[in-house]
Amino acid sequence: MSHPMPTFGTFALLLALCLAAYTFLAGSFALFAMAKGMQLRISAERLSETARRAGVASFAAVLCAAFALVWAAFTNDFSVEYIREHTNIALNPMYKFSALWSGQEGSLLLWSFLLSGYGFVLRLRHKTDVRLFAYASTILAAPQIFFLALLNFAAEPFSLTKGPIPADGNGLNPLLQYVEMVIHPPMLYLGYVGFTVPFAFALGALMMRYPGEKWIRITRRWTLVTWLFLTVGISLGMHWAYAVLGWGGYWGWDPVENASFLPWLTATAFLHSVMMQEKRGMMKKWNVWLIFLTFMLTILGTDLTRSGLVSSVHAFAQSSIGNWFTTFLCIIFAVCLFVFFRQSSHLTSEHKLESVVSRESSFLFNNLVLLVACFTVLFGTLFPVLSEYVQGSKVTMGPPFFNKVAVPIGLFLLALTGIGPLLAWRATSLRSIRRNFILPCVAVLGTAIILMATGMHPWSASKDDLEGQLYALVCFSIGAGVIVAIAAEFLRGANVVRTQTGKSLPIAAWTLMMRNNRRYGGYIVHFGIVILFIGLAGGAFNQQHEMEMGFGDSLTIGNYKLVCQSYTEDSNANYDTDFALMDVYRGGKKIGQMTPERRFYTASQTTSTIVAIHSTVLRDLYVIFEGRNNDTNRPIIKVFLNPLVSWIWAGVAIVFVGTVLALLPGLRAQLSNKPAPAEPRELVAAGGD
Amino acid sequence: MRKLLRSRVLQMVFVFTIALATIGAGSTDEKFSSIGHKMMCVCSCGQILLECNHVGCPDSDRMIKELRAQVATGGSDTSIFNWFTAKYGPTVLAAPIRGGFDNAAWITPVVVFILALGGTAWLVRRWKGRHMIAVAGAPSIPYSPENDAVRERIRRETEY
Repeated sequence: MSHPMPTFGTFALLLALCLAAYTFLAGSFALFAMAKGMQLRISAERLSETARRAGVASFAAVLCAAFALVWAAFTNDFSVEYIREHTNIALNPMYKFSALWSGQEGSLLLWSFLLSGYGFVLRLRHKTDVRLFAYASTILAAPQIFFLALLNFAAEPFSLTKGPIPADGNGLNPLLQYVEMVIHPPMLYLGYVGFTVPFAFALGALMMRYPGEKWIRITRRWTLVTWLFLTVGISLGMHWAYAVLGWGGYWGWDPVENASFLPWLTATAFLHSVMMQEKRGMMKKWNVWLIFLTFMLTILGTDLTRSGLVSSVHAFAQSSIGNWFTTFLCIIFAVCLFVFFRQSSHLTSEHKLESVVSRESSFLFNNLVLLVACFTVLFGTLFPVLSEYVQGSKVTMGPPFFNKVAVPIGLFLLALTGIGPLLAWRATSLRSIRRNFILPCVAVLGTAIILMATGMHPWSASKDDLEGQLYALVCFSIGAGVIVAIAAEFLRGANVVRTQTGKSLPIAAWTLMMRNNRRYGGYIVHFGIVILFIGLAGGAFNQQHEMEMGFGDSLTIGNYKLVCQSYTEDSNANYDTDFALMDVYRGGKKIGQMTPERRFYTASQTTSTIVAIHSTVLRDLYVIFEGRNNDTNRPIIKVFLNPLVSWIWAGVAIVFVGTVLALLPGLRAQLSNKPAPAEPRELVAAGGD
Repeated sequence: MRKLLRSRVLQMVFVFTIALATIGAGSTDEKFSSIGHKMMCVCSCGQILLECNHVGCPDSDRMIKELRAQVATGGSDTSIFNWFTAKYGPTVLAAPIRGGFDNAAWITPVVVFILALGGTAWLVRRWKGRHMIAVAGAPSIPYSPENDAVRERIRRETEY
């Protein structure tokens, strides 16, 4: 007997679609009536309110559908095809929950759920600005309709298993049976889906010719939250790839990875250029298009990776729903274009650029580099399709292409991270340039000289390593310059506060940071990005070694030595495991044991690697049990020595802290209620003014 | 004497030419690693050939053996790439390096970057030029406390 949950879930999805459709249609009609001053039997305001409430209710309906799917997973309801394909009885409950997003239909349901969730929050906060939020709510209902229509008619998560119901399911993809996989997809989707909200606000504000820049402040906050989710989601994905896939790296330039990176780049550009609109009333058209582009890139990325247009290693990536996404993307583009041309007179700049050497210019160049990076990644992702069209044969665009093209762009961006904040708004004097740039320039040159003097000689590396090591040298040097620039800004401000208040330097620095949390949060984010870049540059010095190891055999890499102690087999209901026990020595002293593992998952009949990682500040010792040699039955162990990998994760953590600090509301306002000394003039000269 | 000098110069040129020709020509292992990192495994895993680590991968072991054999023949990198391309198709190469339309992949990002850089520089100069004309045409503002208040407001507005 089947459970009633599939029926309940199907009904909930249908109800959600009806509610979203009502929100869109009634909301659009009400807004049209308000704009034209039409008299209706029910007032336009009340009609708009019913649309808002229907939008709120649509969240409850999607929540019920998501609950029904999770319930079906936990009760092993294999009458549901999706549950049969992606779970099994012995699956850990934590992973049964993550089965919700492990396949095509489930991940679309998650998308729909998060979109409704964002809509729920937006619609509850409507009193902030009733009219603007009514526009945003109505626009947001359109993608809701699209995803719910997909779930109801093209990728149904509750479709029933054909034939007799099996006693057990196929199990979850072993690669997804990892703790981070419970967090990574929701985070990534929160980021991806979240860009719908700034898009809805931007389009709504443009449609209603919203006066002033208040909508920009609302949009910026939403974008920052979404950007943070996407950053964390991408980073968790990198860490998962590093810890699970067992190839020693964290970013393979796979189309799915690229798809997540594209909106991140445009959103980062928006977060910078929006400051020009907020402060100086400039770049209005540009900002609107950046938001439109960011949202469209989330749809395009999904289209590319799910339509089978470009090949990807991601399991759920191939399907027939690509046409839906392409059509939806064309509609969005047409609407954006139409509204933009109709209302572009509303987007005239209030100020002009006053100097080439100014904060505004640096933002322009920052946007240029980010968009070129976005174009390059998109072009590289699409080039195989283009090549097939022109030459009749597909080509591969793998890491060698992307690394060669993207690394110089990244270094340029890193340099701008340091230069931008040192320039003042409107114009920067020569004296100010001299004062602000001397220390960072000394740091750049000093670091390069010290690194070369201490043995970093890219020119003596092999032909293949030369380029990477040269870039690494440049990256370390520029990174040092940016860190010094940020530290100098902090210290300069903190010293002034200390002089004025008599507080100690750390307390003065804290006071300064709290007084302008948005600005100093931004500096912390920049610092995190530098740390992340340094970690990435460490990849130029990776070493690897592979050998068959019997009992007592040893392997040396760098100053580490691994001695094989034993091999053990074990099994549980979900998988059989085969692992090696290895003693690790550094400089002749034993520092611990590592147990690289291979698992064979019974339900799915697939094998997975569990990598053993010994992580330190300077390097990771990364050990993989690759399997056994078919001829000798001896285990094959592959070892990587990856320098500075932990800097990448530390960089992401710093970016997280900085973004949260920048997001904290009203710290400046709260502090300004207390008697506080005037803003230090030095700060104003350095970058604040 | 001149003959001896000429002979010495010729010897030096010869030695220098040999040295130049052998610069970058690493060991067989280096060549194997270099080429192996520029090709993909064809098992659809999407990984670089020498990084493919699937147990029971139907292709990587065979391809690696083929690569070792090709490197042992002493052929050039290009001839080895051609051999693999002929056998597995162009998708075996990790990046488009066959010339012709493949070059577009490398040239386009650079061209776009240069065009965007030029466009931005042009835009900045144009905006600045307009501002200069506007400033030149504007009447001079006399000093007053009100102007100070305006400056203070601008300072607040333009704060980061």
